[in-house]
Amino acid sequence: MSGIYPLDETDRALIVAVQGGLPRVPRPYHAIAEQTGLAPEEVMRRLQSMLDGGAIRRIGAVPNHYAIGWTANGMTVWDVDDARIDALGAQVGALDFVTHCYRRPRALPAWPYNLFAMVHGSSRDECAAKAAHIRALLGDACCASDILYSTRILKKTGLRLSA
Amino acid sequence: MREAVNLDAIDRRIIDGLQGDFSICERPYQVAAERLGISEEELLQRLDRLLETRVLTRFGPMMQIERVGGSFVLAAIAVPEADYERVAGQVNALPQVAHNYRREHLLNMWFVLATETPAGIGEAIARIELDTGLQVHAFPKEREYFVEMKLAAR
Repeated sequence: MSGIYPLDETDRALIVAVQGGLPRVPRPYHAIAEQTGLAPEEVMRRLQSMLDGGAIRRIGAVPNHYAIGWTANGMTVWDVDDARIDALGAQVGALDFVTHCYRRPRALPAWPYNLFAMVHGSSRDECAAKAAHIRALLGDACCASDILYSTRILKKTGLRLSA
Repeated sequence: MREAVNLDAIDRRIIDGLQGDFSICERPYQVAAERLGISEEELLQRLDRLLETRVLTRFGPMMQIERVGGSFVLAAIAVPEADYERVAGQVNALPQVAHNYRREHLLNMWFVLATETPAGIGEAIARIELDTGLQVHAFPKEREYFVEMKLAAR
């Protein structure tokens, strides 16, 4: 999938109507139709098209991972040799316990890290063991690292288009 | 940080089974409930309760903002402890801030900006720097190696 899926005004109004969540009623798309003044078939057709086109990543539940038992959440960060980061980043991203893995710019001198990988566990020890696994994989291509544990969710609304 | 709440086996099945693939049809909850082996009514009641207790933060479509021409950028601030609550309030007040976490580091506030246009990122950063008086460090992704935030209930 590549390129842009442009939203027209009606798509956008539909997103604004559903971004806070789907109504918990037997016919949620009909409820959205009533709210937006569109026909139910139109609501479903547009949502399906946005899902197929990748504008909607998925439809479902967004858990608070702390509340479902993942109480230790660490952002592991690594200073990896620029010549080797893409090959190694792909390997780190392929580890089954990594949920996000990105290459990002360093902010020297304060921030020497260019590879970010999120790990999760029921304890910090569990996260540290996962980080050790990444460390071993990176080997001598990595010269410094850290784990930034989250200690509080300050906000978690997901992205919102303005109405 | 809040403790994990008690979930029974059906709650876990709902959380694990409904992180995607929710149908677009007339009775999607019924379709999902059948797959889970419970009634539509029970699924709706349990979803309400999971949302009320904040076990789920949302139930619905998740946008891919980059796909519609927007941008998504990780950013961080080194916030003096004495100013933490004030700065958190100022940062969270912006609708462009999709989520925000306190982390243990000199850079102790990490948030994600999501805007409908790439230019919106710079505007949001300028606004936060003006409001808080602190420097925002932006860490835009240069390569995405993997992203799939699906964690099973433990």
